[in-house]
Amino acid sequence: MGLLIHSPGPLATVQDDGRYGYMDRGFSPSGAMDKKSLAIANILVGNAPYEAAIETTLTGLTAEFTSEAIFAITGADVLPELNGERIAMYAAYKAKAGDTLRCGAARIGLRTYFAFAGGLDIPSVLKSKSTNLKCKLGGYQGSALKAGDEIPFLCARPVLRDMMMRGLDIELSGFSEPIRVVMGPQNDYFTDDGIGTFLSSPYQVTMDSDRMGIKLDGPAVSSKAGVDIISDGIPLGGIQIPSNGKPIIMMADRQTTGGYAKIATVITADVNRVAQFRPGDRLKFTKISLKEAQDIYRYEAECLKKLEKLWKK
Amino acid sequence: MSDVRYLTAGDTALVMEFGTAIDESVNRQVKRVYDALRARPVKGIFEAVPTFRSLLIYYNPCQISYEKLVKKLKKLEQSSSGILTASKKIIHIPVLYGGEYGEDIADVAAYTKLTEQQIISLHSEKEYLIYMLGFLPGFAYLGGLDPRLHTPRLKNPRTKIPQGSVGIGGEQTGIYPLASPGGWRLIGRTPLKPYDPARKEPFLYQAGDYIKFDPVTAEEYKQIESLVEEGKYTAKEEVR
Repeated sequence: MGLLIHSPGPLATVQDDGRYGYMDRGFSPSGAMDKKSLAIANILVGNAPYEAAIETTLTGLTAEFTSEAIFAITGADVLPELNGERIAMYAAYKAKAGDTLRCGAARIGLRTYFAFAGGLDIPSVLKSKSTNLKCKLGGYQGSALKAGDEIPFLCARPVLRDMMMRGLDIELSGFSEPIRVVMGPQNDYFTDDGIGTFLSSPYQVTMDSDRMGIKLDGPAVSSKAGVDIISDGIPLGGIQIPSNGKPIIMMADRQTTGGYAKIATVITADVNRVAQFRPGDRLKFTKISLKEAQDIYRYEAECLKKLEKLWKK
Repeated sequence: MSDVRYLTAGDTALVMEFGTAIDESVNRQVKRVYDALRARPVKGIFEAVPTFRSLLIYYNPCQISYEKLVKKLKKLEQSSSGILTASKKIIHIPVLYGGEYGEDIADVAAYTKLTEQQIISLHSEKEYLIYMLGFLPGFAYLGGLDPRLHTPRLKNPRTKIPQGSVGIGGEQTGIYPLASPGGWRLIGRTPLKPYDPARKEPFLYQAGDYIKFDPVTAEEYKQIESLVEEGKYTAKEEVR
């Protein structure tokens, strides 16, 4: 009893905050690409912010409820319809068994989150419900969702107070503003010219981008003496410069370690933004200090906390 | 004085860099701090990834500031540097060399101008330090392959290498913990599963342990394989 998928779109997976505590043994953390949208979807339906939800890519879900549920959709606007009627993004709705949900292609942005009150009845594998596609583990049977899959809900008869008020006026924006980075860990591998190129040039998101990394095309970043390093850890948002000089932003499904120098690291708040960029979109990088980055981090965490309190007594 | 470099890796991570070479003593320092963090977790740190010569530390800036964290890590660095090297743990990995499970052994023989038997004895006599795990769950980066066995990677990587395959890639050797694409030359296979999510302890080894390959016959391979399937095989371990 849950959600019967008719069409999952190009890539739909179950994701939560990610799989932590196993990166030292080579496990990608996985988890939602845009964790802010995941958190808001969950908060709207009364869940803990990082409960597992469904992440879709470009096109949203078309599916049938086989049991009652309260749900919310956030992230890229996929023009959702419940039983043929348009419903709003960033709002909680109640569906009955037999109701159909139909979504289109994203109007702006790339990734959409579908959260359900009470969460999904998905087993935790190595402490997380996130799908790790490479290892075929976690999520719904370790794989991307297919037509005919029925994702069970944890809560059979969800009830939420203040249903009418569970809506937010949010739309993805800021696509033309620069992506903020903190320089390092290996910025000393690059020439001043290379760093100048990196911070001043427009880059275009390529078709080769996926949950592992966002590959960019644009002016090559020049290094002092090559970009090979002794393999070390890759942080979330780490920007690798491979031998062709074109930056790759390392995302949720990144390898835990890698052998290319990382010129800079995208700040957490902007990892969520960059997760919404589509192939063809352009972006620029701008450098900020670690202090500024952490102030932004703490501010965003505070905002989410406030949001959580909004419908809680 | 400490010569560990602290590098920023965004707003939620930092790198402790202990050196710039692949070196057992540098790796041991990494391991010491990593072990100390596991034994006595620091509030705010939610993950630590040890590598050849550095430690990537993930932390939550709402719980600990960068400055405070660096201060704590510097203290830890000093208090752990006095610790004598812990005992050495060696995990024995049975390997069936050559034949259909090690189909590139003839190529390695041709390249290295060694006989298959020489390759097997050179490969299996060493204890290899696990410098780090990465790339795939349980994929061990091993150090210390005999230079006589160095063989370039395949020009065209295979799209699927079976789980447990043992290969040589350039100056490195290792085991594929999962079926995956790969460009290493396959010289054998182990019936063990270095990584098995269904097992209580999913990994057979961790960074800092040593691996020793034990050649087995086809018959022994089959016996071990069925014991592994029944969950009745325990990898032989030695602590020195």
